[in-house]
Amino acid sequence: MKTSLTWIKDLVPGIKDVSVQEYTDRMIMSGSKVEFCTDLAKDIDKIVVGQIKEIAPHPDADKLIVCQVDVGSETIQIVTGANNVHEGDKVPVVLDGGKVAGGHDGSLTEGGIKIKKGKLRGVESFGMMCSIEELGSTRDMFPEAPEDGIYIFPEDTEIGADAIKLFGLDDVVVEYEITSNRVDCFAVLGIAREAAATFGKEFVPPEVPETGNSEDVNSMISVEIKDTDLCKRYTGRIVKNIKIAESPEWMKKRLRSHGIRPINNMVDITNYVMIEYGQPMHAYDLSKIAGNKIVVKRAANGDKFVTLDGQERTLDETVLMICDGEKPVGIAGIMGGENTMITDDVTTMLFEAACFDGANIRKSSKKIGLRTDASSIFEKGLDPNNAIEAMNRACALVEELGAGEVVGGVCDVYPVKKEEITLPFEPEKYNKILGTDLSEDQMLSYFGPLEIKYDAAKRELIIPTFRQDLLSYADIAEEVARFYGYDKIPMTLPKGSSVKGGISKKMKLERIAREVSEFNGFSQMMTYSFESPKVYDKLLMKPDDAITISNPLGEDFSIMRTISLNGMLTSLSTNANRRNKDVRLYELGNIYVPKAIPLTELPDEREQFTLGMYGEGADFFTMKGVVNDFLLKAGLLDNGKKAVYTPEMAEDERPYLHPGRKANILFEGELIGFIGEVHPRVLSNYGIKQSTVIAVLDMPEVLKFSEDAGTKKYNGFSNFPASTRDISMVVPKDVLAGQIEDIFDKKGGAYLERYELFDLYEGSQITAGFKSMAYSLVFRAKDRNLADTDVNEAMDRILKALEGTGVKLRA
Amino acid sequence: MREKLESMMKKSIEEINAAESLDVLNDIRVKMLGKKGELTAVLKSMKDVSPEERPKVGQMVNETREAIEEKLKEAKERFEEEALKHKLANEKIDVTLPAKKIPVGHRHPNTIALEEIEDIFIGMGYEVVEGPEVEYDYYNFEALNIPADHPAKDEQDTFYITKDILLRTQTSSCQVHRMEEGRMPIRMIAPGRVFRSDEVDATHSPSFHQVEGMAIDKDITFSDLKGTLAEFAKEMFGEDVKVKFRPHHFPFTEPSAEMDVSCFKCKGKGCRFCKGEGWIEILGCGQVHPHVLEMSGIDPNEYQGFAFGVGLERIALLKYEIDDMRLLYENDKRFLDQF
Repeated sequence: MKTSLTWIKDLVPGIKDVSVQEYTDRMIMSGSKVEFCTDLAKDIDKIVVGQIKEIAPHPDADKLIVCQVDVGSETIQIVTGANNVHEGDKVPVVLDGGKVAGGHDGSLTEGGIKIKKGKLRGVESFGMMCSIEELGSTRDMFPEAPEDGIYIFPEDTEIGADAIKLFGLDDVVVEYEITSNRVDCFAVLGIAREAAATFGKEFVPPEVPETGNSEDVNSMISVEIKDTDLCKRYTGRIVKNIKIAESPEWMKKRLRSHGIRPINNMVDITNYVMIEYGQPMHAYDLSKIAGNKIVVKRAANGDKFVTLDGQERTLDETVLMICDGEKPVGIAGIMGGENTMITDDVTTMLFEAACFDGANIRKSSKKIGLRTDASSIFEKGLDPNNAIEAMNRACALVEELGAGEVVGGVCDVYPVKKEEITLPFEPEKYNKILGTDLSEDQMLSYFGPLEIKYDAAKRELIIPTFRQDLLSYADIAEEVARFYGYDKIPMTLPKGSSVKGGISKKMKLERIAREVSEFNGFSQMMTYSFESPKVYDKLLMKPDDAITISNPLGEDFSIMRTISLNGMLTSLSTNANRRNKDVRLYELGNIYVPKAIPLTELPDEREQFTLGMYGEGADFFTMKGVVNDFLLKAGLLDNGKKAVYTPEMAEDERPYLHPGRKANILFEGELIGFIGEVHPRVLSNYGIKQSTVIAVLDMPEVLKFSEDAGTKKYNGFSNFPASTRDISMVVPKDVLAGQIEDIFDKKGGAYLERYELFDLYEGSQITAGFKSMAYSLVFRAKDRNLADTDVNEAMDRILKALEGTGVKLRA
Repeated sequence: MREKLESMMKKSIEEINAAESLDVLNDIRVKMLGKKGELTAVLKSMKDVSPEERPKVGQMVNETREAIEEKLKEAKERFEEEALKHKLANEKIDVTLPAKKIPVGHRHPNTIALEEIEDIFIGMGYEVVEGPEVEYDYYNFEALNIPADHPAKDEQDTFYITKDILLRTQTSSCQVHRMEEGRMPIRMIAPGRVFRSDEVDATHSPSFHQVEGMAIDKDITFSDLKGTLAEFAKEMFGEDVKVKFRPHHFPFTEPSAEMDVSCFKCKGKGCRFCKGEGWIEILGCGQVHPHVLEMSGIDPNEYQGFAFGVGLERIALLKYEIDDMRLLYENDKRFLDQF
């Protein structure tokens, strides 16, 4: 919402001398947030009306002329290249030391361009005559201005007058962010009312006299609302003997300051009332209305209608139409029809000021794909009582401007009148919410300028109907706070019951994940939760049942991810393409697993801890170490518990991983994640040229085990010497280290403290189909020196079990 | 005898002082104190001394021995000291050579900012809670006083899954879940991911994060809201930061406000950072609307309090002077390494 500050000051004369800064500061603090403030004259200065007395050719330039210009106080010589001026013309003249806003091509220069006296091709020039563009405006706003030439004032313009004022550029346009609850503030009158209340000055709205001749409009037209749910009120008045003309300068100035191009008196009046009252109006050529009748009703499915922009629109039964006795003549609240469009030969016009259901207008406007100035106001949901006021104001302007003859009476269909509501006056409640101690009188003093009346006998507040946002004591408390001053309310801290703060176990586990990752060189990344369905192809997967967004930003953001790898690989790919070396990333983010498609209940949001890396040290076993570190810190590996890494999976399981370098991670028999090198074809799909390792942990599973893990207990350690035995084995290739270690764990007995693989060899020295492995096993008792027999017994059990797997001891 | 011993001692000391290595010292030791050494020989010759003189001579021999040993020890320590000095001098390194790279990861700026916010509020007794990202329309809108046809619903450009299920547009939905639990009083913050159908650009992202906050008790006032959030701003942006509360509108709070902080870059003078205004808008807040309390089963006549919502990215961008929001989701190592 924009307003001209001059206009506001006309409506609130008491703030005439308030500076722009003070105005915006105080309006912001009372709730009318000022977004921009544009001083229309900021880049123009010292521009007066001058009359060209004499034109002579330039002695040395064919395209220049030398003019003697009377600027009131003196006559000065100006050299110009313009070819549209004549002796006697009155033109805007920038004097020596003045400023223009830009070039005559319409380009604007921040801060303006200084104009100084100087010589043009040897002839002195003491100023410059300007085009409308050089004043920072456009021919759109001043259609009378010539194309590519100096602006020419009407003949009766006073010589030497301030041209900036004449153009109405001595104004400041203030743009506000109006919140959706304050429909009344999408009008100059609404802003002025707020300004009056903010500054405690009187609000002087325009006086609207009675209008109309002795005829009765109701004898000329009748109105019927068929769908009263969508049209709360319809008012119509008729103007006849229309004399289309230009609007007066004061009206054009105000329209221009709001960015509205003046067209002619009738169009200008409807636009003027729309910004002044916040009530869109429409005008029909009465001669084109069939049957002297207006019917407001829903369209039928599939109806076609040509709006006045010449476009054919397809309608359905939710769209409200304005019809005459035979046909639709407009889409209610959005745009009129081509068929009743006002043309220059119009003689009689029907003015419409109505109130439509805001939500319906919003939906229709979206559906039709047509959002107009009118619809964007209607969709906020207007006060039906404002419609008649706006209508009468428009008719008063018609009479004032002599634009036509207003027919007496109003055609007003208003099925359910909107009445003022009352709220109890509850000062103690307002103080309790605000933490203030304001007196009743102080509170009541704020209500007067807002036109909230107080019934002292009933202790009730009477709320004007244009304040649709005031419905409860909390709303009134806000009014009190706004005009007492948010800044005056003290700052305190809550008293009362003490409470215990903290984070959940899930968040603690996330902190562990972050710490372990970062200590291992992984940086945290974040990606979107939605992605393209093509992700499954890129990952060589069969598509999962994924949740589809019904109105996505595009196909690339259309499904909720069911696997976290795409985000990781995309980010690694970004880094690889930018030649970042040795990249390690981790992410904590959800995947969304639907319980049924289409969704009937919320999906399972499973947080995934995803790790990925390429570059130095990026191998499977480093990643396995990081995963184990995390599981250890999460408490899963206490008391000798282990995560099991198993390559056993179905042929097509985890197709995005290298078939020989992938594993599921199990804990106590349950799947908690997976790890592996990324399949080379997947890497090529992501444009990554280096070997890449990833791991994914399903955090809800880890959390479950982490919570069960309980408190760590100190187990003591032994001061008795260890007894170490090395075994060197020839192992069939398909026997995994995990199987051998499983035998150590099961058969090693109580004294086996730890074991370590210290040699692994596959190659020419070993029989084909076998590999050589050597482990060091450390035995120790807590309470005594171990005897050889203790260790020998354990080793015998281990060796016997190993034999069963085809393992042979090396000589 | 005495003379003999004294000359032996003198000679030994001279030799020790003249010695140039540990080996020479050792030779001196052997020559004097060894089994066949000179001093040992003197001891052996004690049998020739009269019994009355023996203790005296014995004492003299021992004193001589101790004196020589003392000298030898001193000399040895001197040699060792020198040897160590020499060794250390040879081990000198160029400490300005590059450090070995121990890979260390970096936390995402969003997380750093979030942890800071969490710590501030945990310190004030707030619990940190979470809610679902895919959410029922009811929790995201209706229970927050945004009924079906409310214009605010359009303003937020919601991603829908079905008619009733959507991607939450605000973490305010977590307020409702927490209120429905019924435990009183409430002091909570709820960080999380939210979604709005904004095209990606330098200041917009279809997915970003908010931190919702709420405090409900018997008499938590708007002035408590101001005090609490001023405290937060000071902890987050520095002691000398000023706050300004402006009236605003949110359907689920009344009265509502937006909080600005004085620009921490120019200290409120106005700069490019704060677009010349001296103030930066940080968050929206207000007293929880009585109808919102009621809908979640809390009696507004008994309980009242405040709620607020902060855009996490906004805080991170401001605090770390990041000029393009897209950087937060690209995950370029060169960006992440700076945090």
